[in-house]
Amino acid sequence: MAAIYSLYIINKSGGLIFYKDYGSAGRMDTNDSLRVASLWHSMHAISQQLSPVAGCSGIELLEADTFDLHCFQSLTGTKFFVVCEPGAQQMEALLKVIYELYTDYVLKNPFYEIEMPIRCELFDFNLSQTVQKDCVALLGR
Amino acid sequence: MQFFGGSEISPLPPAPTASGNNAHMMYVFNRNGVCLLYREWNRPLHTLNAQQDHKLMFGLLFSLKSLTAKMDPTNAERGNLGVPQLPGQGCSFHSFRTNTYKLSFMESPSGIKIILVTHPRTGDLRESLKYIYNLYVDYVAKNPLYTPGTPIRCELFNTNLDQYVRSIA
Repeated sequence: MAAIYSLYIINKSGGLIFYKDYGSAGRMDTNDSLRVASLWHSMHAISQQLSPVAGCSGIELLEADTFDLHCFQSLTGTKFFVVCEPGAQQMEALLKVIYELYTDYVLKNPFYEIEMPIRCELFDFNLSQTVQKDCVALLGR
Repeated sequence: MQFFGGSEISPLPPAPTASGNNAHMMYVFNRNGVCLLYREWNRPLHTLNAQQDHKLMFGLLFSLKSLTAKMDPTNAERGNLGVPQLPGQGCSFHSFRTNTYKLSFMESPSGIKIILVTHPRTGDLRESLKYIYNLYVDYVAKNPLYTPGTPIRCELFNTNLDQYVRSIA
């Protein structure tokens, strides 16, 4: 039982730079994950247009029948979103932790080209540690 | 950095307007995308003109439904993105929240979509939307002078709706 089903990171233009699946039934292939990421980027932008009040920064939480989607947008426009079980707690905190890992292991990596797909071992490793820790914390309660 | 330990940025719920409604606005669409009803109680910001606003709202909902059907992690076989879903087919969302508003959505089996936009700290409005759908059935669908597919002009529906929405804190 995973704490989250999947994680997506999209750059400021809407392109998918990282996708990790932690246990959905039926894995999405690469093309589909790219399409879903771009679609989410557009929906995020459109939701700002429809706000009745000024100062909207886009969708933070989408609640569906079988899953919840939490989204975090950094100040630079990079979006991190997780698909998790409905009613999962502490996803905002998890997203902030993932953002910290991204800044430490990806952005500070001198060989990483910005806005390109992420291929950093240390990022993958630390990310798995974080998500596993999250799992254990959940099972332990 | 401020946002790491910071509290939620949600604004306070809007002060009740003269009519006492705490909701911002409401849309009702039919399955073809015709906006049957648009009620506005408290909307300080208008980004687009009415027509474009309705189309954008319908488009957003259509795409979000398509997205949730595709992203459903519990369903092994997922259709292709962009294929129109029948009402009730595939995983659908019931609400989304931004930092300035919360949008609650309900689709009936006949394709009538009810959308209520409220302040971000509103709770789960699924039951309320079902009640509003019942109001629709009673005052609009059962109205012999109403033609399905046309904008709703039923006074009784509007009054009862306003009254009900005022009571959802």
